[in-house]
Amino acid sequence: MSQGYLVDLALVLSAFLFAIGVAGVLLRRNAIIVFMCVELMLNAVNLSFVAFSRMHGIDGQIVVLFVISVAAAEAAVGLALILAIFRHYESVDLELFRRLRW
Amino acid sequence: MSEAYHPILPGLILGLPLLGAALNGIGAFAWRENKTVPTIVGPLAVLGAFVVCLLNFAAMRAAAPHDPSLVPLWTWMSSGDLEIGVTLLFDQLSVLMTLIVTGVGGIIHVYSVGYMREDPGYSRYFSYLNLFIFFMLILVLGANYPVMFVGWEGVGLCSYLLIGFWYENREFSDAGKKAFIVNRIGDLGFLIAMFLMFGVFGTLDMPSIFEAAPTTLLAGGGIATAVTLFLFLGCVGKSAQIPLFVWLPDAMAGPTPVSALIHAATMVTAGVYLVARSGVLFALAPFTQAIVASVGVGTALFAASIAVQQYDIKKVLAYSTISQLGYMFVAVGVGAYTAGIFHLMTHAFFKALLFLGAGAVIHAMHHAWHETGDHGDPNDMRNYGGLRPLMPITAATMWIGTLAISGVFPFAGFFSKDEIIWEAGVRGYAVLWATALIVALLTAGYMTRLMVMTFHGANRSGESARGHLHEVPAVMWIPLAILAVLSTVGGWVQIPEVLPLPDVDLLHSWLEPVFAPAIEVASGGAVGGAHGEGLAHEAPLGGGETSWAVGGTGLALLTVIVVFWRLSRRRYLPAAESAEPSGAASLLYHKWYVDELYDRLVVRPLLAVWRGCWRIVDDRLIDGTVNGLGGVARVVGWTGSQLQTGRVSTYLLIFMIGALIILGSLAF
Amino acid sequence: MIEFFFFLFAAMAVLSAIFMVTQVNPVASVLYLVVTFFSLSGLFVILDAHFIAAVQVMVYAGAIMVLFLFVIMLLNLGSTELSDIRQGIGRVLAGSVSVALVAVFARLFMAGGDVDGLGGPSALDPLLESSGAVAAVAEPLFTRYLVAFEITSILLVVAIVGSVVLARRREP
Repeated sequence: MSQGYLVDLALVLSAFLFAIGVAGVLLRRNAIIVFMCVELMLNAVNLSFVAFSRMHGIDGQIVVLFVISVAAAEAAVGLALILAIFRHYESVDLELFRRLRW
Repeated sequence: MSEAYHPILPGLILGLPLLGAALNGIGAFAWRENKTVPTIVGPLAVLGAFVVCLLNFAAMRAAAPHDPSLVPLWTWMSSGDLEIGVTLLFDQLSVLMTLIVTGVGGIIHVYSVGYMREDPGYSRYFSYLNLFIFFMLILVLGANYPVMFVGWEGVGLCSYLLIGFWYENREFSDAGKKAFIVNRIGDLGFLIAMFLMFGVFGTLDMPSIFEAAPTTLLAGGGIATAVTLFLFLGCVGKSAQIPLFVWLPDAMAGPTPVSALIHAATMVTAGVYLVARSGVLFALAPFTQAIVASVGVGTALFAASIAVQQYDIKKVLAYSTISQLGYMFVAVGVGAYTAGIFHLMTHAFFKALLFLGAGAVIHAMHHAWHETGDHGDPNDMRNYGGLRPLMPITAATMWIGTLAISGVFPFAGFFSKDEIIWEAGVRGYAVLWATALIVALLTAGYMTRLMVMTFHGANRSGESARGHLHEVPAVMWIPLAILAVLSTVGGWVQIPEVLPLPDVDLLHSWLEPVFAPAIEVASGGAVGGAHGEGLAHEAPLGGGETSWAVGGTGLALLTVIVVFWRLSRRRYLPAAESAEPSGAASLLYHKWYVDELYDRLVVRPLLAVWRGCWRIVDDRLIDGTVNGLGGVARVVGWTGSQLQTGRVSTYLLIFMIGALIILGSLAF
Repeated sequence: MIEFFFFLFAAMAVLSAIFMVTQVNPVASVLYLVVTFFSLSGLFVILDAHFIAAVQVMVYAGAIMVLFLFVIMLLNLGSTELSDIRQGIGRVLAGSVSVALVAVFARLFMAGGDVDGLGGPSALDPLLESSGAVAAVAEPLFTRYLVAFEITSILLVVAIVGSVVLARRREP
């Protein structure tokens, strides 16, 4: 079993997925899709953790478990927020949400 | 020598006046209308301290210690080599000074009960007065220069507060400020002297400095001269000598008992005390000694000449005080420290007496005019005249004071003044001696003029007011009587042995341990100048001590009689009808135009400079900078606020760029 | 053989992620993201994280993405015709930031060099052989990470209550 170089490749993949997530966050105006891009970034990081876990021991996978549960909680609250905002604006376009400033 | 001397209750000496000041200070707010508390607390605090001082004096007499006793209270500041403790010094000189301060101070407190009774600021007045006594005691008891300086500044503060006591009057509060500012010039000298001393000796404790000085400092050298000159600058400010005397006449704006206590009997003599206390240093600097004596005699003559033509009774006494302080500086300047302290003591008695007597007259005049509704100047002697039958006790006690200050035997002033003139003579200072003699005659002259204008001749106060003029109450004339007794017998502690009288030598032997080091330094062969030579046994014009003592008092008495005889025939007019003096009299009446001169030379140029500072530096530079900074903050804030768009995407972009920068800084 | 699957899943993950970002229709985006998650789950299996792979499918692909779909349907966003993708400067900025990010990661990756153990055999093999995939994760989770685990449960409760409160329709 000498697929150690797969770990290297997994880290490269993780970097690409993260960058795609960043691009999506900056590119899209739909709040739900931005939210999904954030989920993608979280998963990219999860992939790094799993890869490192293969080198350094099981703790990396434990962290991934915690990330998944926090992501679940975050998705629940975040979608509820989008729901509440949508009721007010009748839209999920981020460009419209400009009330939070001086 | 019997058992060792330990200071008795040193904390109480300082604590009682401070407590009194605090209580009366609270009273000035809390029970403003209550006059009983200040009446009891004010005088009692000082008299209590006086009793403790008397106990100390008795204990010291019994023990007759040769070394001073130090009472360390606590460490004030400790920084590197600098170690300054709040330490009190008890020796013969400081105990004598505490007696004078609390004794005369206590009498004046009692007098004030009568004088200030109807003033709305009664409690505040006693608070200031108690505080003054507290600081004055710190000044005389301080065992190092910084502690002394605290007292020095404290009495200056109290002086300022009391000169401007009736602060509703703009002129009076200006007089307070003038006193404070002029004193500040002198205080600068004191401070520089302290820095120099710390630099040279590494300590500011007086006993250590006096012990180290003869070996550390080169006699007549630059450092000794510089230190003493700067110290003397402080004395010039505090003791109102040329050229900083201008504040003292204006200081008469304060209540008259204040003039008696602070601006005649105690605070202004602090300079004399400082020179006498630092005698060792001054003995090492003959040049400074010469300056001290010259300034002293110059001031004495100058002030006496002005006093001759003044009409304000308090101004006459103020210039007389300056003149008498000049005498004291002559004494300490020629190295006759005991004579200086002697005159300080007798002067405290008779000048306090004269001021309180003047206060009694002013009080009476003020009340009489208050009754009739007239509005004259109750301080102007041209409005007095013929008061002797109306105020017999005041007149009698003030005559005693006049004879004492004129140097008429057997009153106190004779002994001290005679000693000063004689000491100046035998040490070879012919000019000082001669000038001092002339000033003595001038003193007799202007004091007799004051008495004639006030108590003799026709009354000029107006028909209606005359009926209301009457003697002051007992609370005011009893202090006058006590001071009159002191002015009479006060000189008897030191009777020259050449006179055909019982030989009394209390003061010299009492102060001998304090001044011995200074005299030893002065007479040491290493010191150049007149100090090193033996003392002459004749006055510069020939003649022995006995003949000059008798002759001097005779001349003084003759002056009193001649002036009295001449002036009591003159007809004075009330102030409102008098013409401006002309010729030489005008020059003296306007005090040699010194105030005007200072106004032109110092005040106006400084005002011009400061107006420039205000217009350019303050308005343009500082305000511009401050407003500019405000503007910059405004612009930065506005720019920053533009970043906060409220759009999540902008925030995300900035956040990502920030993350990139951090990661990039890790990567590259 | 295993490399083939690795590259297959990697290619699927990247491609579907790109489609997810570039699809106008949110429902399509969600479905592409589900594909990404499935591919990642496959990669997890290859990287010896069997339990994580199962959780990934169940929680992410199953629960969370269904929630997303549910919200999109609820808000009736599924049939939108208008593109919400930024034009002009926004697109340039987004692109340059992600390219710069990749560059920085590449640089970091190069600088890291051949990190100790990076090319070696799996460190997990002995553990997986002795206790199996689930117990290997469960044992530390319920011993060393017990406090964090319990706190996570509190977090989930708070999240549930919070979403109910936020999403509740206010009485008029």
